[in-house]
Amino acid sequence: MRMSTFLRVERLSRVYVPGKPVFDEVSFDIGRGEFVCIIGHSGCGKTTVLNILAGLDAASSGYVFMDNREVSGPSLDRGVVFQSHALMPWFSVRKNIAFAVRSRWPEWGREEVRQHVERFVAMVGLSHAIDRMPAELSGGMKQRVGIARAFAIQPRLLLLDEPFGALDALTRGTIQDELMTIVRETGQTVFMITHDVDEAILLADRILLMSNGNETAAGYRAGRIAEVVDNPLPGTRTRATLHHLEGYYPFRNRIVDFLVARARAA
Amino acid sequence: MTAIRGLALKAALVSVLLFALFLGAWQVATTPVGGSAVGAALTPEQIEYARMMGKDPGAQKASGFPTPGQVAATIVGHLADPFYDKGPNDKGIGIQLGHSLARVGLGFALACLVAIPLGFLIGMSPLMRRALDPFIQVLKPISPLAWMPLALYTIKDSSASGIFVIFICSVWPMLVNTAFGVASVKREWLNVARTLEVSAMRKAFLVILPAAAPTILTGMRISMGIAWLVIVAAEMLVGGTGIGYFVWNEWNNLSLTNVIFAVLLIGVVGMLLDMAFGRLQRAVTYVE
Ligand SMILES: Nc1ncnc2c1ncn2[C@@H]1O[C@H](COP(=O)(O)OP(=O)(O)OP(=O)(O)O)[C@@H](O)[C@H]1O
Ligand SMILES: [Mg+2]
Repeated sequence: MRMSTFLRVERLSRVYVPGKPVFDEVSFDIGRGEFVCIIGHSGCGKTTVLNILAGLDAASSGYVFMDNREVSGPSLDRGVVFQSHALMPWFSVRKNIAFAVRSRWPEWGREEVRQHVERFVAMVGLSHAIDRMPAELSGGMKQRVGIARAFAIQPRLLLLDEPFGALDALTRGTIQDELMTIVRETGQTVFMITHDVDEAILLADRILLMSNGNETAAGYRAGRIAEVVDNPLPGTRTRATLHHLEGYYPFRNRIVDFLVARARAA
Repeated sequence: MTAIRGLALKAALVSVLLFALFLGAWQVATTPVGGSAVGAALTPEQIEYARMMGKDPGAQKASGFPTPGQVAATIVGHLADPFYDKGPNDKGIGIQLGHSLARVGLGFALACLVAIPLGFLIGMSPLMRRALDPFIQVLKPISPLAWMPLALYTIKDSSASGIFVIFICSVWPMLVNTAFGVASVKREWLNVARTLEVSAMRKAFLVILPAAAPTILTGMRISMGIAWLVIVAAEMLVGGTGIGYFVWNEWNNLSLTNVIFAVLLIGVVGMLLDMAFGRLQRAVTYVE
């Protein structure tokens, strides 16, 4: 059930050390309404890819097209949830989100902004904490504010950089559920980085497996998208039932095998 | 909690004790022991004789260092009528202080107007940072008073020269701190602003300014401290009005009580200014 292509990434590479690109020949596409996860070892270049998609970093070569238009700089069309939540500590939760909403719709009146902000804060279940400062929130709550902020501008593509990396397993599960519900309700297109195989299996329609750049007998080999795997599990999967589903273990083993055996080696 | 309370109480007690000790030592040191001993040894006739010769044995006290009591009386006297004006050499302490504060305020405000925008520029542009760095490095260590002759020559007005000296000494800490604060705004906040396509003005006022505000205010606090140090010296040099001139004038009058009073006042006002900036600093500080 591949949807119409929304984002197309063509032969991307990023070079810091001349002759040794972090990755090259990275090509993939994302369908409208699709949830794509990327998995790979630390340092393989996942954040770099995401930053290029966001327009925050420039590729050394290659192109990114969204809706057939080339991406060349950050835009409100692409919302980013940063690994480190990146809330402004001098703004309350309300103001953090209002800052984003006003940037998206500068013509909106005070009341319109307020309603919109409250709707998205309620969506992540933080209505009771809306007037608190970020420093008064737990790590999980901050991450949820970051997600609400990205959703509130209703971007056409949502980019998430290990959004739950710093959270404990329990909180992580809750927010994964929340994210899944919201994405299913809104039909949001998502590109997400994760280190957690189960998280990818739960959320993603498709998983990109990325290998690290490394030295081989035949010389340096840049990182790349080694495999793209479609999620065979039904779209109604939930966190609680995931490991009971038929096909879960073979799928999981395939990804883990890749990470253990092939992600680093040539 | 109670431990902290107890500590504060003890500290206050020790402070009071030390102050009392200091006053006592001062009292003892300024009581003319020799004078009174001589006075006691003299017969009434001899005292009478000394008086007739124009030498008052009791008067020795008055020409020495003032006692705490005399200083206290002076303080009460000044504070009772701080705003009188009896010509250029005799103005109430409130008026003199007002002149000093006005100069500091004006010079400091001008310095803010220059240092904060310029600091933004330097903080945001590596090119400007490198281009301006040599100038800042050379100008910064110059004693503000060294500018006084040039200021007097070019501006010709002594009061305006004082303001200029305050300006020049306040500008550097603020400039350096603003540039540093702006340059070290977290990249992630700037990235948020970029992905939200925030306009340059909104970014400057809603992201960079609040992010750098604690550092900028630290610079302002340091500047204000220096400005208050410098204004006294500057006013001693140019004269006319102000607390510095008051000190100089009372020294010329050999009125040590007035000098002591002024010195105390300078300390108290400096402390209040610093406390005000400390408050401001706390108001803009954010917890991450
Ligand atoms: N500014 C830079 N200068 C030089 N090398 C860099 C720079 N930024 C990133 N790199 C290199 O690029 C590679 C990819 O970095 P990136 O942050 O994209 O990794 P990642 O896959 O997101 O890792 P992690 O999972 O740990 O977040 C790393 O090996 C890093 O050393
Ligand atoms: Mg990363």
